[in-house]
Amino acid sequence: MTKPEFKMSNAMNTSPCQSRSHLTRRSLLRGAGTAGISWLTPLADILAVEAERAPKGKPARSVILLWLGGAASQLDTFDPHPTTKIGGGVKTIPTAIKGVEFAAGLEQTASVMQDVSLIRSMVSKEGDHERAFYNIKTGYRPDPTLIHPSIGAIACHELPEAKIEIPTHVSILPNQWPARGGFFGPQYDAFQVYDPKSSIPDVRARVEDQRLERRLESLSVVERAFAAGRAPDLDKNKTLHQLSMQKARRMMTSEQLNAFDVSKATVAERDAYGDTPFGRGCLAAVRLIQTGVRCVEVTLTGWDTHANNLEGQATQVKILDAAYASLIRDLKKLGLLESTIVICGGEFGRTPKINNVGGRDHWPHAFSMLVAGGGFAGGRVIGSTDPEGEKKEPENPVLVEDLHATVQDLLGIDYSKEIMTPVGRPMALSKGEVVGELRA
Amino acid sequence: MNPPSNSVNWFAWLRNVVILGALAGAVVWSVGGWFVPPVAAINRNVGLSAAELKDIQTVAAGVNADFEKAWEQEKLQAAAPADNLTIARRLSLALTGSIPSLQEIRALETVKGVDVSQWWLTQLLGDRRTSDYLAERFARVYVGIENGPFLTYRRRRLVDWLSDALQKNRPYDQVVRELIDCEGVWTTNPAVNFITVTNENKKGPDEAKLAAKVSRAFLGVRIDCVQCHDGKLGSPWKQTDFHQLASYFGQMSFNVNGLRYNPKSKPYKVRYLGEMEEEKVPAKVPWKPELLPTKGTPREQLAAWVTAKENKAFARAIVNRMWAMLFNRPLVSPVDEVPLEGPFPPGMEKLADDFIAHGCDLQRLMRVMVATRVFQQSSRSADPDHPATQAAEDHWAVFPVTRLRPEQMAGSVIQASSLTTIDSETHVLFRLKRNADVSNFVKRYGDSGEDTFDDGAGTIPQRLLLMNGSMINNNITNNPIINASTRIGMLAPDAASAVEAAYLSIFTRRPTDEEAALFKGQIAASKRSKSNAMADLYWTLMNATEFSWNH
Repeated sequence: MTKPEFKMSNAMNTSPCQSRSHLTRRSLLRGAGTAGISWLTPLADILAVEAERAPKGKPARSVILLWLGGAASQLDTFDPHPTTKIGGGVKTIPTAIKGVEFAAGLEQTASVMQDVSLIRSMVSKEGDHERAFYNIKTGYRPDPTLIHPSIGAIACHELPEAKIEIPTHVSILPNQWPARGGFFGPQYDAFQVYDPKSSIPDVRARVEDQRLERRLESLSVVERAFAAGRAPDLDKNKTLHQLSMQKARRMMTSEQLNAFDVSKATVAERDAYGDTPFGRGCLAAVRLIQTGVRCVEVTLTGWDTHANNLEGQATQVKILDAAYASLIRDLKKLGLLESTIVICGGEFGRTPKINNVGGRDHWPHAFSMLVAGGGFAGGRVIGSTDPEGEKKEPENPVLVEDLHATVQDLLGIDYSKEIMTPVGRPMALSKGEVVGELRA
Repeated sequence: MNPPSNSVNWFAWLRNVVILGALAGAVVWSVGGWFVPPVAAINRNVGLSAAELKDIQTVAAGVNADFEKAWEQEKLQAAAPADNLTIARRLSLALTGSIPSLQEIRALETVKGVDVSQWWLTQLLGDRRTSDYLAERFARVYVGIENGPFLTYRRRRLVDWLSDALQKNRPYDQVVRELIDCEGVWTTNPAVNFITVTNENKKGPDEAKLAAKVSRAFLGVRIDCVQCHDGKLGSPWKQTDFHQLASYFGQMSFNVNGLRYNPKSKPYKVRYLGEMEEEKVPAKVPWKPELLPTKGTPREQLAAWVTAKENKAFARAIVNRMWAMLFNRPLVSPVDEVPLEGPFPPGMEKLADDFIAHGCDLQRLMRVMVATRVFQQSSRSADPDHPATQAAEDHWAVFPVTRLRPEQMAGSVIQASSLTTIDSETHVLFRLKRNADVSNFVKRYGDSGEDTFDDGAGTIPQRLLLMNGSMINNNITNNPIINASTRIGMLAPDAASAVEAAYLSIFTRRPTDEEAALFKGQIAASKRSKSNAMADLYWTLMNATEFSWNH
């Protein structure tokens, strides 16, 4: 496929001379306290000071992936065609981008679109859930010979973070396919947690500190016996057993664990996100990013509407809308949106044609994704689809690998760098090209 | 209501005394068993005639010679032989998915004057745990771990059928032929599930998925890599090779009456890269077409070709997989990609030849592998100045240290927490609980999915699960009825015996002097909280590298 030429439709000129440019990040963070999100900022002052010192144009440092598992229908969310035969009864609302409409139910998301860009022309070749999830999360199509790392694993591998005592790659509410470390190893797999309303499993010791210390001292004797006659670097270069245990211990005693805990948020703050598991996941994601976690994915399943599509999508839209808009707003208030890439989308889109049971089936040929923060422009729309649903290919297609290259580029990662994989085959971090039109 | 009579009270009292007495006696008797094992009941028969054993050892000696030549070339010093308990641990993990019980260890230590590893193998091959566990491992290769199409697929039936075949030691080529050319209903003919797992709504079984599975699982060839385009980077395969193989699975009719060959149904078609139209694909095998029979349905022909004696890729594929199951690492990695024309690693050709010569006998293949020097040797160097190196491990000069699979971890935690063997004789309620515990643990620890053998390292969630998870905690804390840690603490005559029993239960070895002194001291100091000291000992050993890694 030749490299597509991109057109921006209804782009909003995001001048740097907005009101925010007259504020420092520290004052924004302090202002955040009065805005009702002060609980989010145990480390906020430190981060604010660091942010102030950071030169302009600094690469993004973290990624949030809001995964719409099952595949949202572009026609019932971000790319509706209400008056055509493929409309399916969807109603529309205006957005902050002039002339761009969303499906009704996305009012809050519509209101933050000045900070978000919309790709309406994502193109993939994978129409099976598992293969497509792999494709979107890794930037590669499934390969029988090796497993590619997901974008979060790449970010953690390429941008190691020594100061963080909790896992730097987190998956909240994972479905059966959470982000994986692939050929970087399982230590780069996303750390899986469920509804933040519940405590994180297995991070609290079952015995008092003194007894745990005694157990660990005994363990060192047992480890010494096992190490005899074996390579001195066995743990460091192969098992990582004791290293993982040290990290687990560090995590168990770390104050940073509080980042997972959303119970301190006020009712109003939780309500703003919708007070759903996904909403609480998004709330925790902001807190984790603020603490320094490199990549958080939060999954909202239930989009696979092969029957009763209109109702099914509307139900999920309601959950997504409050959470997504609140996440963008809070990141912005905290001064973190400039350093945090936020991607929202699923495996593929859904068919223009409505099936016999009122459902829409899988459609990888043209679907939508939202991108924001971390150097992505706001207020832009890339690509478009045929309102009548007759033309399969969208205008200005964006390939999955190109989105990956763009994200890595914004993170300051040399996406073309080749890594020697365990099967002895060099593999670029991404085989795509940067989509310049998406950059701020 | 009338008040109970005195005689009724007396009977009730007597009944309770009898029941409680029987329970107490049972507990004491069963625990006493590990101090005084039922030696008389142990069958010391290796299960092989002297001639059979000698024949196996002769083949193993040939395999050893291959490896020894390679070690000499690489200037590697091979490790010393491992002790019997270490070998028994490897075997139990590979064949039953858990470590040996204390009861089994006590029995094993009474066996003298025979080849102990072959004796232990005989015990395990006669144990239903082995066929069940291996069947699950093979099923993962053949049909994956998902539940598949709801109405037309019964994974459990396929696993049970495989387990029966393994228990009876059916020739492997027969089993594979049945999987490929099966017909009928998936509920009454379990092999049909190999086909129906690929079933897609309206489209029927997926020819491409089946071709990929056959080439990988039975031939050790990843011909599916050329499904979309011709091979690159020197690959000899063309896109046509793959689809011509897939074409053998065309012309199948599939409905409620089952799977049938139907020459009138539509043939397999594909649109090749660069072509505009789909085209009908003829059924052709990618190598040695002369081995194809002239008669039979396409799938019968394919089944005969795959399993033909002269098609040595078939034997090499199962040699590589069985080696991987026993060593937790394949001879050729990845396990389903053995070069068709070589070069082959040491031992492979001799093992494949013996497998073919003995009618595709899986049990014999295991016996030969277990008899090799590679399986019998230590995973460490006896020379403290020259510890085992990665190079030595890469060339099999030491037994490889590999991460245990999640279900092996779970099975080992549960087995180590029981003094007696958890097998088909165990009460059904306990077995159900065990299965539920294993399932929950594996989900949290991270399922390995299809039967892969990656060199993955330990992770933080795994360590957290072992340190703080409920399964470990429930299995080591104070519970005098069920938990081995508490029962050993209660009934061992002294601290030294308690430490030794714990080490045997968890590590299948005795403690070093330093370890024994440390834990004896802790138990002696615990006085009134011996169960806590035993729980601490159990926790410590279960959180050690030695417990999580095969060695």
